[in-house]
Amino acid sequence: MSHTQQSELGARIAEQTGMNVLECYQCGKCTAGCPMAKYMDLTPSQVMRLCQMSDEGAKEQVLRSGAIWTCAGCLTCTQRCPKQLDPAAAMDVLRELSNREKMTSPQRRKILAFHKAFLTTVRKTGRMSEFPLVRRYKISSRDFFSDVLLAPLMVAKGKLGFKAHKIKGRSQIKTIFQTCADLARK
Amino acid sequence: MNSIGYYPGCSLSGGGIELDLSIRGLAQLAEVELREIDDWNCCGATAAHNLDHNLAIALPYRILALAEKQGLGEVLAPCAACFSRLKGTNVRLERSGDLKAKMQTIVDLPYSGSVKILSITEFLNRLMELGLADKLPKKLTGLKVAPYYGCLLSRGEDIVSDDAESPSAMEAALRATGAEVVDWNFATECCGGGFSMSLTDAVLDLSNAILADAKAAGADCIVTGCPMCHSNLDMRQLKIQSSGMGQYDMPVLYLSEVLGLAAGMGCDQLGLNRHFIPAMALAHRFDPPPQAAETAEAVSDQRSN
Repeated sequence: MSHTQQSELGARIAEQTGMNVLECYQCGKCTAGCPMAKYMDLTPSQVMRLCQMSDEGAKEQVLRSGAIWTCAGCLTCTQRCPKQLDPAAAMDVLRELSNREKMTSPQRRKILAFHKAFLTTVRKTGRMSEFPLVRRYKISSRDFFSDVLLAPLMVAKGKLGFKAHKIKGRSQIKTIFQTCADLARK
Repeated sequence: MNSIGYYPGCSLSGGGIELDLSIRGLAQLAEVELREIDDWNCCGATAAHNLDHNLAIALPYRILALAEKQGLGEVLAPCAACFSRLKGTNVRLERSGDLKAKMQTIVDLPYSGSVKILSITEFLNRLMELGLADKLPKKLTGLKVAPYYGCLLSRGEDIVSDDAESPSAMEAALRATGAEVVDWNFATECCGGGFSMSLTDAVLDLSNAILADAKAAGADCIVTGCPMCHSNLDMRQLKIQSSGMGQYDMPVLYLSEVLGLAAGMGCDQLGLNRHFIPAMALAHRFDPPPQAAETAEAVSDQRSN
């Protein structure tokens, strides 16, 4: 295996973020500081290592991992990387690809369902409102019963907007979503 | 009258309503007009940058372009996540002319890059300089606060101007209220962010550790600037306590609520009555309800004697 040539994942990460994953020398600092590492099936440094490797198996392992979805985007890894790499940005690239190639770990399907419910709400109204978001999420994740007791409390405190606020520029927002979706298919 | 652009973001009309109420109150007190961006949209938050790298820039781009069109040179984005997305977009657009051209095509609005984004701490520190510091009659003496920056008010190169490992942007304002800032270890630890519903157990774990450390440091409350952190530490504290992970009854206040208390603003005006972990008892130490005012004064007299 050559260490001078980018893997498919490495090339995509370089294209989208300008980062060269081959510079990672596996010190493990990203993993050491990662608050989510204990909930991951691969550590952040293992994800970086697999992105360096050119075989198809490595790509599959990364894109099917729960780890990439378990990253909270807290930026601790990026802040501390001694090579000034940006593992958090690499995770974004990997999640996007994992979703597009329908390889998302079933173990983390609720996280993907939440992101999708969020974006659907924004695409339809221009903004996020809690009630439409939660309703959509619960239907798509089939997670009907968690937190149902919180809802009345949230209403009492004026923290659960029932009605979606619809912005005037909804057609612009729809066009933005559509154009981005078209670009992603290219 | 000074004025500044305002991007409340979606949370501030729902889960983060106290942040909006207290910021508006303080701005009024400091005689700074908040000019809301017309017809603003969601910044895309975590979901957009997880699923579509173009959308993650295009949504903030529309907001920035609208602000520029409205002639807003500076825009306050109180939510730490909105701040990070908006300022991060500015940074990326500045670095790449290609990206700017691409976004102009996607969003169909021009944007030269002129809008400066302010975080909640930058904004409140500005208000203090503009005279708010002289309008804090109530001294929050004896209140021990744990300033909590979380992720997006401490990290993000070229986005946050504070020290990433040891931020201090809240401290001067907190000290100006007379509160005591405790020394603690979890000021920049992640609370679990947007996983409140989709990976709840991790949020409970991480938030529990933050609450435990604040308690161990002797804090009366945690002070935050992020609606997501607030929700995880305040609303999720109910579950943390009912599931036996820990018992804290630790109020979680926005920095703007603390300053509002010191400014003598009412609890309802600040939204302190809307917290899940009751914050009113703590607030009433400094802003007694009318019927209790005499008792509180008597107690404080006794204490000072």
